[in-house]
Amino acid sequence: LKYDVLSLLMHVSEIQCSNCQEFLNPPAFLMTDPCFTCTRLCFLSTEGSDVDNEEGSAAENEENAKGTDKVGKRATPRTRRGHARGRARHGGEEDEDDEDGTRRAGHRRHRNRRGRGRASGTEGSDSEGDPTKARKNQANQKSKEDDEEEEDEKGGKSGKGKNEKKQDKKSDKKGKKEKANKKKKDKKKSGSGGDSDSEEEPITEEELAKLKEEVEEKKKLIATLRNKPWKMKKKLSVLKEAQLFVEKFEGALGKGKGKKFYAYKVMMTKKWMKFQRDFENFKTACIPWEMKIKEIESHFGSSVASYFIFLRWMYGINMILFGLTFGLVMVPEALMGKPYGSLPRKTVPRAEEATAMNFATLWDFSGFAQYSVLFYGYYNNQRTIGWLKFRMPLSYFLVGVGTIGYSFMIVIRTMARNANEDGGGDDTSFNFSWKMFTSWDYLIGNPETADNKFASITTSFKEAIVEEQESRKEENIHLTRFLRVLANFLALCTLAGSGYLIFFVVRRSQKFALEGLENYGWWERNEVNMVMSLLGMFCPTLFDVISSLENYHPRIALRWQLGRIFALFLGNLYTFIIALMDEINLKLEEEKIVKYNMTIWEASLYNGTIPENSTAPPIQVDPADVPRGPCWETMVGQEFVRLTVSDTMTTYITILIGDFLRAVFVRFFNYCWCWDLEYGFPSYSEFDISGNVLGLIFNQGMIWMGSFYAPCLPAINVFRLHTSMYLQCWAVMCCNVPQERVFKASRSNNFYMAMLLFILFLSTLPAVYTIVSIPPSFDCGPFSGKTRMFEVISETLEHDFPSWFGKVFGYASNPGLILPFILLMVLGIYYLNATSKSYKEANLELKKKLQSKQKDENEVQT
Amino acid sequence: MGGSASLLPREALGEYQELTFLTKQEILLAYKRFSELLPKEERENACSARVPKSQILTLPELRANPFQHRICRVFSTSGNGDDSMSFEDFLDMLSVFSDSATLDIKSHYAFRIFDFDEDGTLDRSDLEKLVDCLTGQGEESRLSNAEMEQLIQNILEESDIDKDGTINLSEFQHVISRSPDFVSSFKIVL
Repeated sequence: LKYDVLSLLMHVSEIQCSNCQEFLNPPAFLMTDPCFTCTRLCFLSTEGSDVDNEEGSAAENEENAKGTDKVGKRATPRTRRGHARGRARHGGEEDEDDEDGTRRAGHRRHRNRRGRGRASGTEGSDSEGDPTKARKNQANQKSKEDDEEEEDEKGGKSGKGKNEKKQDKKSDKKGKKEKANKKKKDKKKSGSGGDSDSEEEPITEEELAKLKEEVEEKKKLIATLRNKPWKMKKKLSVLKEAQLFVEKFEGALGKGKGKKFYAYKVMMTKKWMKFQRDFENFKTACIPWEMKIKEIESHFGSSVASYFIFLRWMYGINMILFGLTFGLVMVPEALMGKPYGSLPRKTVPRAEEATAMNFATLWDFSGFAQYSVLFYGYYNNQRTIGWLKFRMPLSYFLVGVGTIGYSFMIVIRTMARNANEDGGGDDTSFNFSWKMFTSWDYLIGNPETADNKFASITTSFKEAIVEEQESRKEENIHLTRFLRVLANFLALCTLAGSGYLIFFVVRRSQKFALEGLENYGWWERNEVNMVMSLLGMFCPTLFDVISSLENYHPRIALRWQLGRIFALFLGNLYTFIIALMDEINLKLEEEKIVKYNMTIWEASLYNGTIPENSTAPPIQVDPADVPRGPCWETMVGQEFVRLTVSDTMTTYITILIGDFLRAVFVRFFNYCWCWDLEYGFPSYSEFDISGNVLGLIFNQGMIWMGSFYAPCLPAINVFRLHTSMYLQCWAVMCCNVPQERVFKASRSNNFYMAMLLFILFLSTLPAVYTIVSIPPSFDCGPFSGKTRMFEVISETLEHDFPSWFGKVFGYASNPGLILPFILLMVLGIYYLNATSKSYKEANLELKKKLQSKQKDENEVQT
Repeated sequence: MGGSASLLPREALGEYQELTFLTKQEILLAYKRFSELLPKEERENACSARVPKSQILTLPELRANPFQHRICRVFSTSGNGDDSMSFEDFLDMLSVFSDSATLDIKSHYAFRIFDFDEDGTLDRSDLEKLVDCLTGQGEESRLSNAEMEQLIQNILEESDIDKDGTINLSEFQHVISRSPDFVSSFKIVL
């Protein structure tokens, strides 16, 4: 009974809201919606199909459908309800207050069903044949019966005031309820009142199943409620009702044997849901810089923000790489490995000791920095270190491989997800409509950006119209073509020039290196890095100027710009790598000489001091005095670290000079200048998305390449990204102006990712090549003494696994097995590719069918 | 939360999370921003108070939006047509404009925002008003009559599948669902 009263109260509140205008609006849509006709048809065919989820519309469907003969005919065989039906039809269809009626009908239906659910344990004889359908029919019709009776009464009292009417309705309802649904109510009373003593009226299995189904339905309704385009009030009331229902009947479910288990399950699912929600909240709370990015988004639109989101994503990846190298390589070596000074490789050589702590030396990452955990050479080739028996060389190798593997995995996964999200967007048949309906970027909150956006939308409209009107002017296209060819030619020249410059500089630096760097100044030593950074700084600007010749749509222009800078950076990077390779070869030869000298030195050591006693313990020589090889791995690592640092510095200096000082100059000298600086020549700078994204990507490529030889690189990169996030956010907000042609960057995301993947691939190539085919240095690093680095794996297999495992591995790595395996994989890829293609085709086909069907339907309708 | 703002009841917070696409933090932030729009004396019961349209439009998220009036109208539950918003209306709006809202609900509300005369279809006058909104207030940026005519003609040719001269909800959703940009740009973040 308690429940009854509650639901009644709810009805009253709903009647009140339904007087508001809002409830009148959505059904107006539904009426004119062609979909609506479909649902109506569906409704007729399945008649009682449960449409709980769309309460509002479904209830209305009923209302409309009741007029059709079909339902009436079907209903007549059942005498009692058929009677009711007839009565109802006599009442006629007053559409004047449709909404009230339907909403109440929906509600009533629920309540009745509930009543039925409890009651039909005794009334079970009703359900002949298809039990669920019968039940639902009954419920529907009962609700209609209530409804139309009510409408009859209402029709008589339409002259009264609204409030009065409400009161009347309420009392009417109560009265009617007592009258018409007396039987049902009694049942309900006994059911709801006697939750505890309902043993006298056991629920059958079938009933239980139904009830369960309903509870599940309600739960589904709760879960999908947020997808409904309703007002909050309505959603709230529906939610409360559904929750009440679920709470009430969940306990009643599972009477008997499964009860405890069921209750437990329900409780656990509740807890789990809550946990999930909290976890979700927690996750969003953990996303850093959300507010900063949002602020930028509102000032500059989504394209600039996409750069910062990309930066943040990169930061996350680098955090994980940093965690791997720091936790599994650097910290174990620092804690458990032999301390500084115990071995030659861990000691600064005597010749360098004097300058090892100088700032200039440290800044150059030599001296003490070189002989520390930061670089490859410091690590010892001891198989296990410390009391944990931590296998350092193995860990080093696996972390190196894992870094690359993880990066591949995460990039490809992100790409796949992005591709899923914007799948099938290549349709160009709605060019104008999209321009119209989706061109406004709702994130824009800055009036200036909004003005730019208005202008760009207007021009895009005008352009589109012009393009539509006259497909293209002949003379115009020639000019554009000429300009575009010219632009590409200029860009190529720039690329070739920069390539030659780097080649020249690298050759020169080799000459310097051969003659000994000590004789030269700072510039000669850092020439390569500086030239590369300067090229990276000025060439993009040049490309920007060139691309203004081309007159492309900004989105396409951005692609071209990105492609060109990409080529530039790639050329630079690979020239750099080739130079490095040369240097490695030099070092390898030097190493041979050193090795030969070492034997002479050792022999002389023994001969000189203790010639007679060969079994005596080896002579103690200060590790700083031991001659040592050049250790090319550390050299490579140092080069990459230097490059990263100098790149970071140039980026920051560019921001400070190019953006900040320019902005300051423009802002303050504008008062005393001949022309308007703000709108004239220098003006404020725009945020250069393409250059920044590419800088980020190439920087990441260097990290991937160098982190095997310099475990500190991810740490440096994390620091760099962290600072550049703040610095760039600040620079964007204080010195840049919104782009003149604001455009959305929703689809360039995967473009960035594709470039990142490409760079990742290109940067793994040299790293893998050096690991696989160049012998490691003989006196430094975790792999010293081995002929190849990957031998650490076979060594581990030999020593740490049972012998059978090694045998199995040996068989498995036999080319006879590997080749067929590779073949199988290729076939698998081919098969998957073929199926995905056919799926795509099927998808397209279905889309077309759907379109044509919709067209047909609409034509039939009109 | 500022000292003056009252806290949102716990159970209400849970319900709002259930009913919107917003997370707890976002709801709390929305509550804070909403109560900041209210005059000091009304902040105690921000849940039941209504903020007038003029105040809502001072939000930076809506200030530059050409559809600000329509957005207020669509989401307001105010009975007397002054487009004032209660906290629940405000949440409704943010939920629809949030990142995680589905395409369906976003396009539904977009349709209602674009439907200037609220007759359930986008007809020529609606489209004209829409173009006016998108091209801004400046005189030089306005489209000429011929251009406007051409533009609307093109749009109707593309989207009006049943050729009745108007775009209804399902046609609109059909067009929108293929757009790559809609979901990412139809959002407002507090």
